[in-house]
Amino acid sequence: MAKRTLTIALMDAPYESANLTTAFRILDVAARRGHDINVFAYEGAAALAFARQAAHPNPVHGKNLAEENHPTTKDQVAALLAEAARNGGKVDWVNCGMCVDERGVGEFVDGTRRGSPADFQAFVDASDNTLVIPTK
Amino acid sequence: MAKKSLNIVESAYRAVIEEQDDTILWLVAAMQAAGGNHSVVLRGNAVNYALAGQGAPALTVGEWQQTQAPKMDRDVADLADNRNVAVYVVEEDLGERGIAVDQLVPNVRLVSRRALPQLFAEHEVICHW
Amino acid sequence: MISYLLIESRDPFESNDVPYYYELAKALREAGNEVTLFLVQNGVLAARPSAPAAALSALGQSGVKVLADEFSLRERGIARLAEGIAAAAIDVVVDHLEAGSRTLWH
Repeated sequence: MAKRTLTIALMDAPYESANLTTAFRILDVAARRGHDINVFAYEGAAALAFARQAAHPNPVHGKNLAEENHPTTKDQVAALLAEAARNGGKVDWVNCGMCVDERGVGEFVDGTRRGSPADFQAFVDASDNTLVIPTK
Repeated sequence: MAKKSLNIVESAYRAVIEEQDDTILWLVAAMQAAGGNHSVVLRGNAVNYALAGQGAPALTVGEWQQTQAPKMDRDVADLADNRNVAVYVVEEDLGERGIAVDQLVPNVRLVSRRALPQLFAEHEVICHW
Repeated sequence: MISYLLIESRDPFESNDVPYYYELAKALREAGNEVTLFLVQNGVLAARPSAPAAALSALGQSGVKVLADEFSLRERGIARLAEGIAAAAIDVVVDHLEAGSRTLWH
């Protein structure tokens, strides 16, 4: 399959919805196939790449920090960017600026950036396909 | 050239007091201002956004008081009247909720569920929010 | 003919809006389009042989391709699917995005 440019809009906040699990699985497949990927992280999703997320142990399961290996979305974002690069693709991950400000999550992992609805409009117009994954 | 995009909005009154708007209708307005070519379908509970004469009182918490409480009928009318965004309302969803057509803000258009495939076909991008 | 991928993440036990999406799939098919309904997350709870699955089997008979996400099925211990529903990898979503299918999420 020829290289494609795909845009995905995300809205859910980290650690609250199965939607993000599915979203990262879709993004992972697209990255492994070497596609260029645009992500517009809107509303709660603007915190997905927040660099100050911290993993935690799990006292209920009796696991310390290392044993629990708690998944953080910031690590998944970074892994997605790396996977795309390994396969000749690139990820333009835009965090909605207003959403970032109201949540105080303005420190992003490297390779992601602040943006606006105009970026999403440009993504849609320049992409081969767009998928919106809304929140409820 | 902007792609003709259809935005289906169904979730209603989620965070509208906090955000002082519906975040998807706001996004559509912002994207339209950025050169987009958007239409909106209000379905499910979101058909209530087109009901004229609504608006929550301003929120107060202690001595803090909101000054820009949202009015969703105003925002729907703004899209249709001022931003060149066609706003469709699913008529069966209105009827199920006891909302009469003459209660709606002007310039919204009715669409039946069975006509949605045709409306989809008239757009290049379908965003089901 | 337009190709549509409709992703259903909700289930009819919790959400009474699911029939709308099944009906949308049927209406798009009846309008002459190619339609795939892909169940994910709790959407796959309707894929077991059960009363709600009858609606999915009927969709299959109307020409809608009904798929259920393997990951979501395994997560929920669902091994047996109702008639007309097939398990599929998440890759099917990217397949459709690549091919230009209009891809919707509910």
